Amino acid sequence: MSTKNSLPDFRNTPIIDQVGVEERVARFTTRSIKKSSKMQGLKMILNMIDLTTLEGKDTEGKVKQMCFKAAHLHDIIPGLPTVAAVCVYPTMVKTAKDALKGTGVKVASVSTAFPSGQSTREVKIADTKFAVENGADEIDMVISRGEFLKGNYEYVFDEIVAIKAACGSARLKVIFETGELSTLDNVRKASDIAMYAGADFIKTSTGKISPAATMPVTLVMLEAIRDYYYKTGRMVGMKPAGGISTSKAAIHYLVMVKETLGGAWLSNEWFRFGASSLANDVLMQIAKETSGVYQSLDYFSKD
Amino acid sequence: MSKKQENKIGLDFKTDWAYAPAPEDTKHITLQKQYDLFIDGKFVKPNSKKYFDTINPATEQKIAEVAEADEKDVDKAVKAARKAFEKWSKISAKERGKYIYRIARLMQERAREFAVIETMNGGKCIRESRDIDVPLAANHFFYNAGWADKLEYAFPNRIPQPLGVAGQIIPWNFPLLMAAWKIAPALAAGNTVVLKPAETTSLTALKLAELIRDSGLPDGVVNIITGAGKTGAAMVNHPDINKIAFTGSTDVGKMIQKSIAGTDKKLTLELGGKAANIIFEDAPIDQAVEGVINGIFFNQGHVCCAGSRLFVQESIADIVIRKLKDRMESLIVGDPMDKNTDIGAINSKEQLLKIQEYIKIGKNEGADFYQSSCTIPSKGYFCRPTLFLNASQSHRIVQEEIFGPVLTIQTFRTIEEVIEKANNIAYGLSAGIWTDKGSKIFNISSKMRAGVVWANTYNKFDPASPFGGYKESGFGREGGLHGLMPYLKF
Repeated sequence: MSTKNSLPDFRNTPIIDQVGVEERVARFTTRSIKKSSKMQGLKMILNMIDLTTLEGKDTEGKVKQMCFKAAHLHDIIPGLPTVAAVCVYPTMVKTAKDALKGTGVKVASVSTAFPSGQSTREVKIADTKFAVENGADEIDMVISRGEFLKGNYEYVFDEIVAIKAACGSARLKVIFETGELSTLDNVRKASDIAMYAGADFIKTSTGKISPAATMPVTLVMLEAIRDYYYKTGRMVGMKPAGGISTSKAAIHYLVMVKETLGGAWLSNEWFRFGASSLANDVLMQIAKETSGVYQSLDYFSKD
Repeated sequence: MSKKQENKIGLDFKTDWAYAPAPEDTKHITLQKQYDLFIDGKFVKPNSKKYFDTINPATEQKIAEVAEADEKDVDKAVKAARKAFEKWSKISAKERGKYIYRIARLMQERAREFAVIETMNGGKCIRESRDIDVPLAANHFFYNAGWADKLEYAFPNRIPQPLGVAGQIIPWNFPLLMAAWKIAPALAAGNTVVLKPAETTSLTALKLAELIRDSGLPDGVVNIITGAGKTGAAMVNHPDINKIAFTGSTDVGKMIQKSIAGTDKKLTLELGGKAANIIFEDAPIDQAVEGVINGIFFNQGHVCCAGSRLFVQESIADIVIRKLKDRMESLIVGDPMDKNTDIGAINSKEQLLKIQEYIKIGKNEGADFYQSSCTIPSKGYFCRPTLFLNASQSHRIVQEEIFGPVLTIQTFRTIEEVIEKANNIAYGLSAGIWTDKGSKIFNISSKMRAGVVWANTYNKFDPASPFGGYKESGFGREGGLHGLMPYLKF
């Protein structure tokens, strides 16, 4: 049976018990990550960050400066990785692409009338194509939450299929805006829809709605990825976005990935953090591990 | 998709990113080389002059020597308790409550110390002794302290009175917690106590004795004596004890019941178990799997209410088993003092041999044996988390309590079938039900012959909730109002 491009069978979608999910999450947060494993984890986190600016007031100047930061996180400490990608609006893709030439840092672009997704399919496809044509390596689309909550799952599914087709070779991340989906059962259902429709990544949030990424939501999505992998053999990536601003929280996410999906997902090919302020906190921790003392925030560049 | 391709799909939990050792600091604790008996508010040398070694099961190294109480020591302790009872039962109930509150608060203050010693002496991982055993033990004192001056409201229109001297014998799986379960309600009800911890895990009880001494509790109200089965027998047979409370094996429980037959001693027994944990096809599967893991591997499976028999509805059996195996791969077995350890050391060599014997029996019986691939330390007593798939009611590994990290898995088709199989056992302590349907929970839990039934969770303990068994799992309840009753007459 081909599983490609047909709406998933919801009879196989497990029910989610929120209390149980929260208990499991609490276990991840009691893992004690120290010394060498902390340092290794911190560097891994830096390399998994999608450094993001998604503001109405974004300009080429702002994007260029952020791109420089993406490739030169903290040159005083040698041997640090770059971030995985920068994440910008479609109109900024060209600027970012030029600024990042030769750095290995990818350019991701939000699309499909981000963040609300309230537009026609044609506009969303055009939006996506524009970003891809300008050089986006990755597309972060939003689902139509209104249609989802109406129970119009086929609409959501078809839309993802259409955007995936418009992406060409760019990898597609599908944003659910879990803060608007309200239940973990809905998060699981959206995960299944997106993966069966061809998503390369599933992503929690736009960062514009609170709550954004949480550990329970991410765990439910990781478990959906695991079940889908066992069914189809295809790996799907995960991107929690918004609200993860400390090293400690990010390390808890790594623990969760490691213990839910195993080592294969512990690279920026399969796991990303969507964040704007996380990088500097991680850098501060790395500097502290290296020198033994905390430094003031003024020693870490804000771009 | 072809079968061949399907077989290749699997998750690999061995990663380049390993957790560095994160041992709990043990420097802050103080342990003596030798411990005496705590009788009449003082530590006294045993009449037997004998001491036995207590070890750390994770390293097999000796930690301390503990006194062995003989009949004369038991008699001395009972006499002290009897003498103290005259005063203790007459002071105002409010004052009694204050003493118990003080014990609870002191235990919270010294929680780290208790957790570390519990882990050192018993082998359980520090995560559990720190997050479960010690806080819950303190909570039992807090809870029962509250009842001390409200007994007439707890039992309206009756006149509750203490029994006298309670002899309490506790097991090695939750040494401090079981001491709290026993001592707190006995004191709240106005009794005095002679308590004997298990011989492999005496240290936290002796530390509790120090704490009780420091709390200013009147001398003789709580006496803690150490020793093995002979000491316990001397307590059970002592003529001036009014009540025996025992938690431990069914065999010893039967012996106790025989030896007090014909006396007017009161008795509560909390014995073995072989709980059914039942997953229906409409269950939240990932959370159920987590619950099953905690149900059997909590405290190395040394839990009388462990969910040791898993029943899975056939339609979801393959998925559940796959998920169980994956989850087992992420369990860390090893140094109990490491904060990341999930499964610590088996409590004693004797118990490890018993578990290994049952694993051999299970293999011979033809159930499919599976263990996680984790490494275990070469020294100390350890056992990998173990599954027996395709087990049946006729297997001994299904019928008998193993008291280790060994889970048997059986499948079922209908509700009637699983109720019958779950109840078809000599024990009846606990059960677990996993389903999204509330009506099914009420239907099945009312038909389970088990003292505790958990729905969509497992191993949840609370001082306000009664705990105890049916059939060979014993009688009498501990915790809640029901837990006060066995320490009162009306």
